[in-house]
Amino acid sequence: MNKELRRVSIVALAMFLALFVSTSVIQVFAVDELRADGRNARTLYESYSAERGPILVDGTPIAESVPVDDEYEFLRTYTQPELYAAITGYFTLNQGNTGIEGELNDFLSGTANEQFLDQLGALVTGQNPRGAAVELTVDPVIQQAAWDALGAQQGSVVVLEPATGRILAMVSKPTYDPNRLAAHDTQAVLAAYEELINNPDDPLVNRAIAGDLYFPGSVFKVLMAATAIDSGEFTPESTFPNPPRLQLPNSSSEIGNSEGGTCGGGETVSIADALRLSCNIPFAELGLALGEDTISEYAEAFGFGTRVEIPMRAAASTFPEGLDDAQLMLSSFGQYDVRVTPLQIAMISAAIANGGNLMQPTLVERIIAPDLSIVREDDPVLFSQPISRETAATMTRLMTEGVANGAASNASIEGVAVAGKTGTAENGGDAPYTLWFTGFAPADDPQVAIAVVVEDGGGFGQSAFGNRVAAPIAKQVLEAVLNR
Amino acid sequence: MPPTSTDQTGAGPTFTRSIAITVRQPSKLRNLELFLLLVALGIAGTAIALVQLGVNGSIDVGVLIQAGALGMLALGMHVALRVVARDADPFILPIATTLNGLGIAMIYRIDLARGDSGWESLGVRQMVWTGLAMIIALGVLILIRNHRVLARYRYVAMLVGIVLLLLPMLPGIGLTLNGARLWIQLGSFTFQPGEIAKIALAVFFAGYLVTARDSLSLVGRRVLGLQLPRARDLGPILIIWVVAMAVLIFQRDLGTSLLYFGLFVVMIYVSTGRLSWVLIGLGLFLGGAAIASRTLTYVEGRFAAWLDSFNPEVYDAQGGSYQLVQGLFGMAQGGLIGSGLGQGSPTITPLAESDYIIASMGEELGLVGLFAILGLYLLFVARGFRIGFNGTDDFGRLLAVGLSFVVVLQVFVVVGGVTRVIPLTGLTTPFLAAGGSALVANWIIAALLLRLSDEVRHQPRLVVDE
Repeated sequence: MNKELRRVSIVALAMFLALFVSTSVIQVFAVDELRADGRNARTLYESYSAERGPILVDGTPIAESVPVDDEYEFLRTYTQPELYAAITGYFTLNQGNTGIEGELNDFLSGTANEQFLDQLGALVTGQNPRGAAVELTVDPVIQQAAWDALGAQQGSVVVLEPATGRILAMVSKPTYDPNRLAAHDTQAVLAAYEELINNPDDPLVNRAIAGDLYFPGSVFKVLMAATAIDSGEFTPESTFPNPPRLQLPNSSSEIGNSEGGTCGGGETVSIADALRLSCNIPFAELGLALGEDTISEYAEAFGFGTRVEIPMRAAASTFPEGLDDAQLMLSSFGQYDVRVTPLQIAMISAAIANGGNLMQPTLVERIIAPDLSIVREDDPVLFSQPISRETAATMTRLMTEGVANGAASNASIEGVAVAGKTGTAENGGDAPYTLWFTGFAPADDPQVAIAVVVEDGGGFGQSAFGNRVAAPIAKQVLEAVLNR
Repeated sequence: MPPTSTDQTGAGPTFTRSIAITVRQPSKLRNLELFLLLVALGIAGTAIALVQLGVNGSIDVGVLIQAGALGMLALGMHVALRVVARDADPFILPIATTLNGLGIAMIYRIDLARGDSGWESLGVRQMVWTGLAMIIALGVLILIRNHRVLARYRYVAMLVGIVLLLLPMLPGIGLTLNGARLWIQLGSFTFQPGEIAKIALAVFFAGYLVTARDSLSLVGRRVLGLQLPRARDLGPILIIWVVAMAVLIFQRDLGTSLLYFGLFVVMIYVSTGRLSWVLIGLGLFLGGAAIASRTLTYVEGRFAAWLDSFNPEVYDAQGGSYQLVQGLFGMAQGGLIGSGLGQGSPTITPLAESDYIIASMGEELGLVGLFAILGLYLLFVARGFRIGFNGTDDFGRLLAVGLSFVVVLQVFVVVGGVTRVIPLTGLTTPFLAAGGSALVANWIIAALLLRLSDEVRHQPRLVVDE
């Protein structure tokens, strides 16, 4: 009986050995394959349960992962959700991510190639994987000032540091609460998303860099004047005929200046005065004189046609092609089919403020690994040199005049020279105007360049203009900057 | 028996020294058991506390007190052993306690994840059943002072076993769960009589084979080098085969029929030493299973799920490989060291608390944890086989081997099914999985092995046999 028993023991042992082998195969050798299977919900859970890195503004988290008691372990939480929604975007479980959350997802989740060694370390030490922190360039004081200044208006404010391209503020209204989309209740998230995406005011769109883009109206004249002067063919004192009305070539349409009448007194008007008083007819004539190609060339140097990465990819602003004379003349004061983002307009001011050197705009100060080592930190990058230092100096003088004695008077600040330009863009028919301001301050030592856009005529339909609505908003933000 | 350190004087004849060993042995064994039992209770208590910390982040003292009451019951069993079976094997009780405790912790963990409480909570039920099972095991130990009594009731045991097996097929009380008709229901109380039947049948096999083995092994014609049995000796084995097939076909339970058949084949082989029986047995079973896999759709489905688990069609099919694959995902997620108790997501896998508790363990305790659990089973089985090797009466030896092999088969069928060694069939992981009937049955097996091991140590053969 013992011989049989021994054999049965061996069989039993072999059966156990089979189990030792099968469990080892599953839990050691086939792990990668099983984890990579698309049907493996645990892999999904794990990617969410890794502690996502925070998004920091001045060292304070504006988006962070807070431990919660469910299968995802962490809930993405936005501490000042609406103030920063345009920048942070949202982080959802499975509906995609936007803004910094989407663009820098690899870093925030810890899966970027730069963090490979950290991941390996965490695997060995058995720590939970953690993502890197993204420190933004945004100045919380300026961001708050821009938010407050824009008030209940629909529109956007963008503030750049001209010398570096750092984005100090970026506000878009109306906005939304990203916490609603970061929730773990999928049904509630879907309902919130449906509501936001179907909202006719498009709260999910970051108007500073995307959306339907705006007609720039008169703020485009800054680019036109800079082009004219930098081209060498004109000086600020170059003059153009000054009729009160002008019939467009091969067209029955007439254009006028915004105030009606001529641009100041006189038979002719200089570029300097036309910019200061924001007259349309002289710029239409200037555009015709410069030609489409020259304007396009300068516009591209200022960033038109490029999807600027901040690191989110901004929509490309456009200057139209293949224009006839009438279209070219309309385009020359920012109508017809010129389309811009507020970021693009701020970049034009920033280039002038920085002596003709346009710096690459960015929201990211640095990316910091959980062990506080720096994963990424970029030096300021030159985007382009659209105009010369001399042109920039001349433009600064002209724009300062515009605020001091011109159409942008409501942006003037006691004791500080502000350079600026307003804009009032028509949207066709009875549609309310789009109201603009762009500029920089102080004019002699620019700390910030700004673009403000207010949609829907600021609530005044076609009766308001940029100086009434947008310039005071810019003034409020610039004062906050100067009082820092 | 090796001499112990207290016998280093070298004085006195061998005989006296050995006597001294056997006299001293019992209390040493029981003290070892007490130590191991305390370790086991420590493991179980820690596991339950870790589960609470992992899932809730706080300790619920109430549950720990309930578990502590069960611990007292286990200690009570130890005390009883000191009186009624002083020479019993010291490993069996601590191993059963450890596995049972880990099982409670995991079932309770899944309750917490699902938010079940009260009588809805499987963890609470498991604890109540554990208490009941331990009391029944204690009763078995106290009532059956001499296991040879059981041999006398072998035909009664057979009848009881077959009746219990077929009970769920009675209309009115039979209950079908998850496609298998294995339960009886009386009011809100459900029970799986097949679990007890396997013990009754092991008793019958042991008793029958001890008396019939000579005729089974010596009589018959030799064909192709194999000793074929006489037709009339084939009677009992055919009855068991018919019963096993009936279970397979009418109760739709591949695992249970495999269990009975495997048990019988092993016991008949050990008792007769005739390989022909194994071959006949295997041939009958494989033939039956092959026909079943062609004709019974549920068996066919199990085979497809086993061989082609990751095929999307099989994965999505009704009764397909979804559960199997999710279990594999869970184990892979656990990896070498596991996610930690309460830290994984075992509830994704259906039946994570019963059929798939081993996958849940693999996810949260890792390969290390599974090896430890398999190691405990292996040790438990080895202690049972040890009785088979060292026992003095053949009935006891055969019964011990049979009962141990029941545990081997259950572990192999369940863990092998979950890990794709064999097609998945529904058996319970001994002591671990949720299920009252299985718990009672396995504690009775533990009690019988304790009783059998006590007899082994008592024999004077050990004294002279240094």
